[in-house]
Amino acid sequence: MSTDFTLPELGENVTAGDVVRVLVAPGDSVAKDQPVLELETDKATIEVPSSVAGTVKDIRVKQGERIKVGQVVLTVEDGGAGAAKAATAKPAGDEGAKPKPQPAGAPVEGGLSQKSPGQGEAAASSGGAKRAKEDAGQGLADQPEAQQAEPAPESKPRRGEVVDISRGARATPAPAASAETVDQGPAAPAAPSVRRLARELGVDIRRVPGSGPGGRISTDDVQAFVRGALAGGGAPATAAPGALPDFTKWGEIERKPMSNIRRKTAEHLSSAWNQIPHVTQHDKADITAVEELRKKYGPQAEKAGGKLTMTAIALKITATALQRFPQFNASADMARNEIVYRKSVHVGVAVDTPRGLLVPVIRDVDRKGVIELAVDLANVSEKARAGKLSLDEMQGGGFTITNLGGIGGTSFTPIVNWPEVAILGISRGGFEPVYDGKSFQPRLMLPLSLSYDHRVIDGADGARFLRWIVDALEQPFVMSL
Amino acid sequence: MPQSTQVVVIGAGPGGYAAAFYAADLGMQVALVDPAVNPGGVCLYRGCIPSKALLHVADVLNEARHAEAWGVTFGAPKIDIDKLRAFKTKVVNQLTGGLGQLSKQRKITYIQGTAGFRDARTLEITREGQSQPEMLTFEHAIIATGSRPSTLPGVTLQSPRLMDSTSALEVPDVPGSLLVVGGGYIGLELGTVYAALGTKVTVVEMTPGLLPGADRDLVNVLARRIESMSEAVLLNTKVVAMKEGKNGIAVTFEGEGLPADAPKERTFDRVLVSVGRRPNSAVPGLDRTRVKVSARGFIEVDPARRTAEPSIYAIGDVVGEPMLAHKASHEGRVAVESIAGERVAFEPLAIPAVVFTDPELAWCGLTETDAQKQKREVTVTRFPWAASGRALTLDRSDGMTKLILDPKTERVLGVGIVGPGAGELIAEGVLAVEMGANATDVRMTIHPHPTLSETIMESAEVFFGQATHVYRPRKKA
Repeated sequence: MSTDFTLPELGENVTAGDVVRVLVAPGDSVAKDQPVLELETDKATIEVPSSVAGTVKDIRVKQGERIKVGQVVLTVEDGGAGAAKAATAKPAGDEGAKPKPQPAGAPVEGGLSQKSPGQGEAAASSGGAKRAKEDAGQGLADQPEAQQAEPAPESKPRRGEVVDISRGARATPAPAASAETVDQGPAAPAAPSVRRLARELGVDIRRVPGSGPGGRISTDDVQAFVRGALAGGGAPATAAPGALPDFTKWGEIERKPMSNIRRKTAEHLSSAWNQIPHVTQHDKADITAVEELRKKYGPQAEKAGGKLTMTAIALKITATALQRFPQFNASADMARNEIVYRKSVHVGVAVDTPRGLLVPVIRDVDRKGVIELAVDLANVSEKARAGKLSLDEMQGGGFTITNLGGIGGTSFTPIVNWPEVAILGISRGGFEPVYDGKSFQPRLMLPLSLSYDHRVIDGADGARFLRWIVDALEQPFVMSL
Repeated sequence: MPQSTQVVVIGAGPGGYAAAFYAADLGMQVALVDPAVNPGGVCLYRGCIPSKALLHVADVLNEARHAEAWGVTFGAPKIDIDKLRAFKTKVVNQLTGGLGQLSKQRKITYIQGTAGFRDARTLEITREGQSQPEMLTFEHAIIATGSRPSTLPGVTLQSPRLMDSTSALEVPDVPGSLLVVGGGYIGLELGTVYAALGTKVTVVEMTPGLLPGADRDLVNVLARRIESMSEAVLLNTKVVAMKEGKNGIAVTFEGEGLPADAPKERTFDRVLVSVGRRPNSAVPGLDRTRVKVSARGFIEVDPARRTAEPSIYAIGDVVGEPMLAHKASHEGRVAVESIAGERVAFEPLAIPAVVFTDPELAWCGLTETDAQKQKREVTVTRFPWAASGRALTLDRSDGMTKLILDPKTERVLGVGIVGPGAGELIAEGVLAVEMGANATDVRMTIHPHPTLSETIMESAEVFFGQATHVYRPRKKA
């Protein structure tokens, strides 16, 4: 039986896009949620995950073609057992670096993993997910039981679903960056001298917006693009790194193309790291009391369809902190020597997905209760993992929270998610002896790491902001002071 | 001979000598190795230059004949073949001698000899007249060994009557009849020369058309002319056998292009095989380096023309199509800049191709055929030379100029021209494509009157439906 896969809704106001690359070929087996298409929309280049599984019979779109939502992208033949196994075998792979040998009858596996860059990564992440808590999207929820060796595997990770907030030290890919890479396509309308200048400056000429008639690119356009990149606008210049040594001299190697998300993440983080003078402030909060409350109100959140996690609580506290310390909900406009203060409170939460790191944004956190936030958080995490986040849902954040507590670690130094100016990292909490003036008491302590942009925020303010969050975690009453 | 050098260039054709000269100009210590006494390579010794000298003579002969139509009669031409050859040789010697001078002035070590690789840093060079190779260590080598004429598969005949482009350019005589095997640019150019000298020329081409790769509307103009000057043009036809007899080479044809009543076997005084060129990638010792050669025999290079062996670059015919001198020279400069540490790439938007027949045919950038293959939406505008004053004064109204434009941005993506002087005219097209010019730019650039170059400006006006010398009724909205 064959099934059509049509281009799904991609987000508000996105009705069509240009096919940058088709990631599968006829004969490949496709799993649900596997990226099959790289699509350039007006806003960004995105990978479109398949909503069907089976063996690709027919591809109906071509590179460079403009396709609309609802248009048939490809047709799959229900591959029966072989295809289904191929799909499920992946997440089960423990390390995921190499494709597992497939049962006979399964479609060519090597070809699949080569043609779909996301695949290897997905498998690798699922390995990580297995080690992490099973519903690590809200990893901290399990954190107090950290001493218990293994989590009770009551809810197994489902196929293709990787559950974890991790890699928080990497900020978000830039879903809305104005200039996107187009590796192939018609040559850019630029004179030889302009193309040479771009090459010398390490700029992909195809990414430079041309101001001339028909989009012709001038020397000024290239220079403006580079200035923009240096000032933090636009896409970063891809300064050529030094040549790699010949690794084969020391043993066998394997090369795999970067997935689109990996490439974007790399570009965005290099740019953020290069332009933001980072400082990271560490602190610890005694969450013994708040953990009691979390357990107490947990069932209520579950009834509402969410899960009361430490991330949800941290979201609420952070929102209030952002109102008290507006410079943490700001952006630096170096071109105009201004600081942009946001009146809204939208907070991004880093989510690890099979396709890479994504940062959905929770809106109006200041106006929502903790239970409501818990529900929102569960929804966006689920959507992120299923590859169903729209671009709109990943834009407009003013601050980011990244929680690695589900995996472990005592502290880390997250990278600020430009154009934001601060990011809060949460590590794994645990019981520690705390001296109360008379004796040592076992207290549940939560390590927090706040990275901030020193151009906008002074060290003392950084310490005050984090201290305020710690106080609020210890004494939620602080929030209403 | 020195024992070491910064840069050594193997092959002194238009790619190799351009690279060597540029490297020397950038202050590098350069050696240039070639079997010939002076730089020049195929282009100067047995390609572009001698063929153009002969084609100029052919033009004069054709014009003189044409002049009868204007009331000027010269009578039958008398051809002194030795003197003709001497003219061609003089041109070649003057140019190659000049290159030798330029090489010396730049303090380049010119080594007449052949080279092979000992390893990725050392060449073994056997100088002309020596038997023992000498070692030359280098920091960077540029392979520019060019190409040679392909032979007809399955044909083992050895005969002075059987020529390739090299021997045909020697013009041993004016044969009574000549078969040109291959309807590509080399065959058509040389066929034009011999036809003008008085030879009865027959052209046989395996594919359905002459000049595969060029747009048909342009080729058709040329094809009409070729048909009128030659005995026969046999398309869709193959040569299956050749036998030398007393009176010439007996050739057996096969194919649907052959008229039913035509004999399958015909005898020709001479046969010219011009079925393409093959890269000279069998450089001795290349297997001692990491240089990779593709299945088609081309040396594989990156955008900066560097091979898989970091110390070795390769340029020109030996790295791939199109096998054209101007492409090789440009690649040579890219390779040298890369050696000099610049971040460069060979990334032309347009490489002009010119067929120096009468009329000339030239194109650059995207062709209409390519656009169709790529399913790329384009607007093609044509300006017939019958509407050009200059073309009519030359009594040549058969030409055409066309632009391939992006319908949205009006950008000039490609240019095609057929007609006398097309080879000179195409340079403007290349500049337009490279600069990303659009139809408005081209039409708003004042072109001198009366010249053939106006046809380019007017082709751009056609895009807007406003060409001065072409009336196209407006489409009703």
